[in-house]
Amino acid sequence: MKKVAIIVFPGSNCDHDAFYVINSIGNVKVDFVWHKDSDLSLYDVIVIPGGFSYGDYLRAGAIARFSPIMKSIIAESKKGKKIIGICNGFQILIECDLLPGALIINKNIKFLSKMICLDVVNNESAFTHLYKKGELISMPIAHRQGNYLADLELVRRLEDNNQIAFRYHSQNLNGSVSDIAGIFNENKNVLGMMPHPERASDPILGSDDGLNIFKSILDF
Amino acid sequence: MKAKIYITYKDGILDPQGKTVGGALNSMGLSNIHDVSIGKFIEMKFDSKLSKEQVVELTEQSCKKLLANPNTEQYSYDILDEE
Repeated sequence: MKKVAIIVFPGSNCDHDAFYVINSIGNVKVDFVWHKDSDLSLYDVIVIPGGFSYGDYLRAGAIARFSPIMKSIIAESKKGKKIIGICNGFQILIECDLLPGALIINKNIKFLSKMICLDVVNNESAFTHLYKKGELISMPIAHRQGNYLADLELVRRLEDNNQIAFRYHSQNLNGSVSDIAGIFNENKNVLGMMPHPERASDPILGSDDGLNIFKSILDF
Repeated sequence: MKAKIYITYKDGILDPQGKTVGGALNSMGLSNIHDVSIGKFIEMKFDSKLSKEQVVELTEQSCKKLLANPNTEQYSYDILDEE
């Protein structure tokens, strides 16, 4: 049975959604892990959920990056453990350099909360293997700093190494370069994405297209 | 001593707040203003025992490790004797 840690920072607010979704898949043990803890060695999968860790003070994710748990997250990532950061979790993964680039304020300066459509660009990872390549999936975005920024060289590197997981389909509301919505690290064991798959994992929410991300991780 | 730290976007990084405020200033009739950029101002005070070199070092480390994002932001600072 896989063991999943959901990291809880002061200000996390999608932790319970992630818990509900992953737990409902079954045959899995899910725990909340407080950011002051320091050992994640017993877990197979680490989820950094969405929210507003430390009130987004300074820059989104900038202060959470210095929480005690981050040393352990970085150490486990080097061992190849699967780590997914959603929204604020993506921002934290970028701030601690587990993922490249930057996430800056949306091009229209507004907080965007909307159902959007994504292209599955890479369906050969631990996180996406239950999707078809090019499949269109719906899930919500809810962020103010989700405008993914990378120079041309980095974008080319991400493309050449198949590190782009998802792209915004037809509507790129936040201004992300190359329509990027989610990326992997080089080894493909770390995924960061701005859209919220945990908020699209039950038909009652209008879409369950996000569920396959969590099923993929547990199936891998 | 204290440090006054200024953090702004690097050249070429989109600053939508600066752009919007610049547009508003122009539409108020305040013309000939261009390239408005909005950043952060941070002030830090130091233990009086520290030398200027130590204060500069602490300020530099703070900017590098936390206050500015090296991918998107640049920083500068003034070190002042406290009034």
